[in-house]
Amino acid sequence: MALKDITLGQYFPGNSPVHRLDPRTKLICVVLYIVALFLAAWFVTYAVMLAVLAGSIYLSKVPVKSVFRGLKPVLFIVVFTAVLNLFYTPGDTVLAQFWVFTITLEGVWRAFFMVVRIMMLISGTFLLTYTTSPILLTDGLESLLGPLKMVRVPVHELAMMMSIALRFIPTLIEETDKIMSAQRARGADFESGNLIQRAKALLPLLVPLFISAFRRADELATAMECRCYHGGEGRTRLRQLKYKAADYVTLFLFLAITVGVGVLGHFGL
Amino acid sequence: MSAIIQTSDLRFSYPAAEGVTPVVLDGVSLSIEEGSFVAVLGHNGCGKSTLAKHMNAILLPSGGTVYVDGIDTADDSRLLDIRRAVGMVFQNPDNQIVANVVEEDVAFAPENLGVPPAEIRQRVDDALKAVNMYDHREHAPHLLSGGQKQRVAIAGVIAMRPRCIVLDEPTAMLDPIGRKDVLRTIKELNRTRGVTVVLITHHMDEAAQADRLIVMAKGRVVADGAPKAVFSRVEELRKVGLTVPQTTQLLWELRQAGYDVPLDALSDEECAQALYSLLMKNPPVTA
Amino acid sequence: MQPIIETKQLTHTYSAGTPFEHTALDSVDFCAYPGEYLGIIGHTGSGKSTLIQHLNALLRPTSGTVLFQDTDIWSDPKITKRTRFQVGLVFQYPEYQLFEETVYKDISFGPKNMGLDDKEIDRRVRSAAYFVGLRDDHLEKSPFELSGGQKRRVAIAGVIAMEPKVLILDEPTAGLDPEGVESILGNIREYHQAHNATVILVSHSMEEVARSVDRLVAVNDGKIPFQGPPREVFRHGDELEQMGLGVPQLTRVFHRLRAMGVDIDPSVYTLDQAKAAILEKLGKGAV
Repeated sequence: MALKDITLGQYFPGNSPVHRLDPRTKLICVVLYIVALFLAAWFVTYAVMLAVLAGSIYLSKVPVKSVFRGLKPVLFIVVFTAVLNLFYTPGDTVLAQFWVFTITLEGVWRAFFMVVRIMMLISGTFLLTYTTSPILLTDGLESLLGPLKMVRVPVHELAMMMSIALRFIPTLIEETDKIMSAQRARGADFESGNLIQRAKALLPLLVPLFISAFRRADELATAMECRCYHGGEGRTRLRQLKYKAADYVTLFLFLAITVGVGVLGHFGL
Repeated sequence: MSAIIQTSDLRFSYPAAEGVTPVVLDGVSLSIEEGSFVAVLGHNGCGKSTLAKHMNAILLPSGGTVYVDGIDTADDSRLLDIRRAVGMVFQNPDNQIVANVVEEDVAFAPENLGVPPAEIRQRVDDALKAVNMYDHREHAPHLLSGGQKQRVAIAGVIAMRPRCIVLDEPTAMLDPIGRKDVLRTIKELNRTRGVTVVLITHHMDEAAQADRLIVMAKGRVVADGAPKAVFSRVEELRKVGLTVPQTTQLLWELRQAGYDVPLDALSDEECAQALYSLLMKNPPVTA
Repeated sequence: MQPIIETKQLTHTYSAGTPFEHTALDSVDFCAYPGEYLGIIGHTGSGKSTLIQHLNALLRPTSGTVLFQDTDIWSDPKITKRTRFQVGLVFQYPEYQLFEETVYKDISFGPKNMGLDDKEIDRRVRSAAYFVGLRDDHLEKSPFELSGGQKRRVAIAGVIAMEPKVLILDEPTAGLDPEGVESILGNIREYHQAHNATVILVSHSMEEVARSVDRLVAVNDGKIPFQGPPREVFRHGDELEQMGLGVPQLTRVFHRLRAMGVDIDPSVYTLDQAKAAILEKLGKGAV
């Protein structure tokens, strides 16, 4: 098992119309998309949402396979919610009944839409991370959440933490790999044994990893100070975010769709 | 020439828990001339890194003073001016790169200083060209080699447009190729841009390339002068646990054996020349 | 003599079948003999790290075989596991792998994993600590209280305590000052003599390898271009330079001397050899 092989950040570099949008536009659109998903009620509205998703994927040129691959890890949650909805939705049309469980027609529909909703929700958000580099994403978030600084939310600090975390994930993965090899060379066994034994076997890995992470944090803090870091005040940026025509059009489109889906959903379509 | 960094009777000890305060710096008085290339040599624990950390107010003296560009480092209100004047590069390149794109990282310091975006762009490009990493500007730092990362770190400091750079064992974790590249970069910055360089190292061959060499032991300066002059004091250096370059060592041994050779032939070329003249003066008798 | 460890047509490809596919080792035939002190030189990315990780079964060959005492180490999971104990591997910067509360416990981690009894573990921990120059009162300390150099000794002791027949050390002196380098190299030499073990020293410092080892193996681009006694390998000065390795400083000086027309053996690489060679020349002159 080589940890290095795991691709992180999930960003697919590209130059599609979706890639070129301002990260803030994409963030707002994803929020609108999620709101719309929750307002959707029945086939018509879901069909609209599916069209939006399919259209975005098409424009982004991200392989459809990759979008679906992202769903795998959450399959368990999807199945779990589906089952819950299936059994716990009260309704008039009882389809089957055994022991304490009752399956109603309403339950079946609800479970179905729930599954579709979660899958679309996840694919949509994945599309955002697939088409936006982490650094732009952080910049976008910082800029969008900017007004919260008024109410003393440390927006800049949070964004800085996020980008530093992104920077150090590959470094720490590499380090984990190294320490694992070193301990394996001393006969450590990470692969066999029961749960408790395995947890114990992780100790020789986790202790050095944490110590090293703290050391790195300490050195990084000094290095940042030496480069005149003193918080977000008076800071300028190399990369300026700018809305372009395409951004306004996209924003308007998503807003319109959300309102439309909201209205249609209200009428149970 | 004016001094960019001036320490007088600098003393420093870390606060210790058990009553014994280990003295790390024991009265260091130095003056680093603007535009010079100074190497500070000494073995681990001699206080050379602690000295470096006083040069831009990461540490403040327990006694004595440090002036950077005419500013007392103890003056809290001028901290940014001090750090802008003297940039620091550390040993582990991984732990000083902040961003996950090379150019974003180089932009970090100018951003902190509130430089307008257009000028940041200019400074970033300029700094990356200076360390010969411009072609890698859009790369992720973790995919670079150690030497490349260290050069990015140097560019990150250059982008502040400092008058002096202090490098604390910048090559300790690098392989020979990386070391060579980093050293070449440092020398070039000194020569073509007039940036004052203070290089903390325990590599003799790196120290030999400086204009001036300061040797430290037990928190004190034990030798200070041109590398050739300092290295010819073989015995003194040995006493403080340091070795000299092999070229000097060989000449010294020959001298011990009673031959008249100069001790200040440091480079390969000079050493070969010195040996050549020695052999010519005592030509082998051909039978 | 039969090799103690040997690779036959060893090839290793990372991330096969992806755009990142990279062949780190290409049909490498490598061997080490019982009791031999072997040096492996190569720059970062040459494949030397990949090679040594195959020798103690941390990596599985993409093709080819690794034989330890004539047995394929991957032929049976039990043999694979045993090989990890018989071929000890000390990684680069091993101090970062320490994790136990006390030095004693950390050194005993390997022996414990071997399933030895307490008495034997105790004997091995103490003898390993002795080899690397740790005192008894260090054993009950937390490894994190120790200095960097001492931590490295603890980590090396952790591998020595398994009493491997082959001891591989990857850059064991990286980042140490000259004094630290000498003492670690001395410890390794002692272990080599006392246990008559095979020692494989991986390094990119020519001076360091040259004076320790009986035989040198140069790795470049996933292949072994030269191997043999240091004298022979250093004859390929130019090629080594191209691989980013270079030859010891005195070898370079002697090459220059020869180019100046002095009839002298250019394959010296230690101070003693150089001194002897010059004195011999002068001696002839005095007759």
